[in-house]
Amino acid sequence: MLELRNVSVQYGSFTAVQNVNIHVHEGEIVVLLGSNGAGKSTVFRTISGLNKLSKGEIVFKGNRIDRYSPDRIVQLGIVQCAEGRKLFSRMTVYENLLMGAYIHRKEKEKIKQSLNHVYELFPILKEKRNDLAGALSGGQQQMLAIGRALMSRPKLLLLDEPSIGLAPLIVEQMFQIIKQINKEGTTILLAEQNAHAALHIAHKGYVFENGTIAVQGTSQELFANDNVHKAYIGT
Amino acid sequence: MIAVLKQKKIAALAILFALAFPLLIPNNYYLHMMTLSFIWMIAVYGLNLLAGYTGYLSLAHAGFFAIGAYTLAILTVKAGLNFWLAFFLSCVISSFIGFLVGLVALRTKEHFFAIYTLCVGYIIYLVIDKWDNLTGGVRGFIGIPSPANIGPISFQTPVSQYYLVLFFLLLVVFVMYRIVYSLTGRTYIAIRNSEELALTIGISTMKDKLVSFVLSIFFTSLAGALYASFIRFLGPDIGYISVMFDLLIFLLVGGIGTMSGPVVGTLLMTSISQQLQFLQDYRMLIFGPILTLLVIFYPRGVVGGVIHWKTKRTENNRDSRVGKISSHSSNEKQVKEG
Ligand SMILES: Nc1ncnc2c1ncn2[C@@H]1O[C@H](COP(=O)(O)OP(=O)(O)OP(=O)(O)O)[C@@H](O)[C@H]1O
Ligand SMILES: [Mg+2]
Repeated sequence: MLELRNVSVQYGSFTAVQNVNIHVHEGEIVVLLGSNGAGKSTVFRTISGLNKLSKGEIVFKGNRIDRYSPDRIVQLGIVQCAEGRKLFSRMTVYENLLMGAYIHRKEKEKIKQSLNHVYELFPILKEKRNDLAGALSGGQQQMLAIGRALMSRPKLLLLDEPSIGLAPLIVEQMFQIIKQINKEGTTILLAEQNAHAALHIAHKGYVFENGTIAVQGTSQELFANDNVHKAYIGT
Repeated sequence: MIAVLKQKKIAALAILFALAFPLLIPNNYYLHMMTLSFIWMIAVYGLNLLAGYTGYLSLAHAGFFAIGAYTLAILTVKAGLNFWLAFFLSCVISSFIGFLVGLVALRTKEHFFAIYTLCVGYIIYLVIDKWDNLTGGVRGFIGIPSPANIGPISFQTPVSQYYLVLFFLLLVVFVMYRIVYSLTGRTYIAIRNSEELALTIGISTMKDKLVSFVLSIFFTSLAGALYASFIRFLGPDIGYISVMFDLLIFLLVGGIGTMSGPVVGTLLMTSISQQLQFLQDYRMLIFGPILTLLVIFYPRGVVGGVIHWKTKRTENNRDSRVGKISSHSSNEKQVKEG
């Protein structure tokens, strides 16, 4: 479904991502692991069209998308839920969700359905729908960020560290919800520090080190890999 | 809901007052001042759409105000066009120039955008000042006709001109209201909030920015055309930086990014200026510090301050009573205003 071929990305003269190959099949959950600064977010931003690549190509459903503008990429069905709960803080929860459905703005019925679906996944959002997004707790903001991304009905959802800063119990819940979203037909590319939980729900993974892929394999393979285990899972 | 109703009531009262003003205060001087401040309000609404909602602080708007005014003057006096056709064309021509400027200017952001548009504004001023043959240069442009009759209605008297300008003001406020409370308005607010975030939900921000830029200039040049036909004399000064700062002060004092800010700020500042006229340019010694304090403590001006105070009060009320009476609506209002 999505293929990165020999992708390199530079910030000025600094190469943040080098010769990366990633393959995501329809229906999969694929996880990108790696420590801080390894280049995960850069890959996400490049897929979304926010950063331009300096080498290589990105292919989505047979089309090269690496020259497309970000809004066009959203229209193709790739939506990113960026790191750090980026919300429209002065809008209400409800308005944030509506904005998420921007590309379907003419289809009222569709928006209603998506809204109900998001409220089912995250009942707290329904409860707080008239509150300002800026007034939510960190975990609720993360749910809203994901909910808003779902409102556009993505085919491929990019989740950048959805579990960061959440209480352990909520992290568990969050991964269950991600699994459910995937079951309902959305392919997911996930960046995570929380390797243990992520590998549990993922089909396969890539381990980033300094902007290149150090190890890759199915979740079982990565679990079994000693180096990966030591570096990212512990004991 | 209660807050929204109240808001509507205040707006209705304000409109009633404006309609009755010439009857209540039959004084030509005040009528003139009021008409003039309505014209400024229209210009400030234009600036507000772009700077307050889309988040791009343009300093070229005085220039576009002047383009609107001078185009009307040239088209009516030099080209001898029908007044209302010239009036319409002057807004369109100004907007088209705005479109060309926007194509380049909107590739910059924040202070770069402000500096870029400041330069554009200054160039417009220079062109008007130096292009003697077309604009009359420093001597100014005289003999601009007042608005032509529409059917049986003539606009020769101060009262009829007052109502004409009021009509345009209400029209602009109505259109602004429709824009701000629609998805388009929310799109602009989203761009102001974070352009990158707007992009990642599929908004093609360049297109929306350009539309809001051109609309904003349309309103401001409409004010310029009204100004020309009302004052009937133009000098290059109307495109000068000092007019830009007047517009900006009106907007900041009233409340940038609020629906009623332009009205409140313009009325307040023009009447204070009147009172302090004996101080001449030393007024700025008073205005400067007050403005600085205002921006620090009330970034959304008088209107923003009032909304904030009201939200707090309803929240306190809610805490002392039970239930959630109107906190939602006040939140809602703050967002809509915001
Ligand atoms: N805007 C930028 N300008 C310059 N360098 C950047 C920029 N953004 C990221 N980098 C650099 O690129 C490298 C990769 O950053 P990236 O954000 O992709 O890491 P990450 O894997 O997402 O890390 P984390 O887990 O901390 O989010 C880092 O060395 C970072 O310093
Ligand atoms: Mg990151």
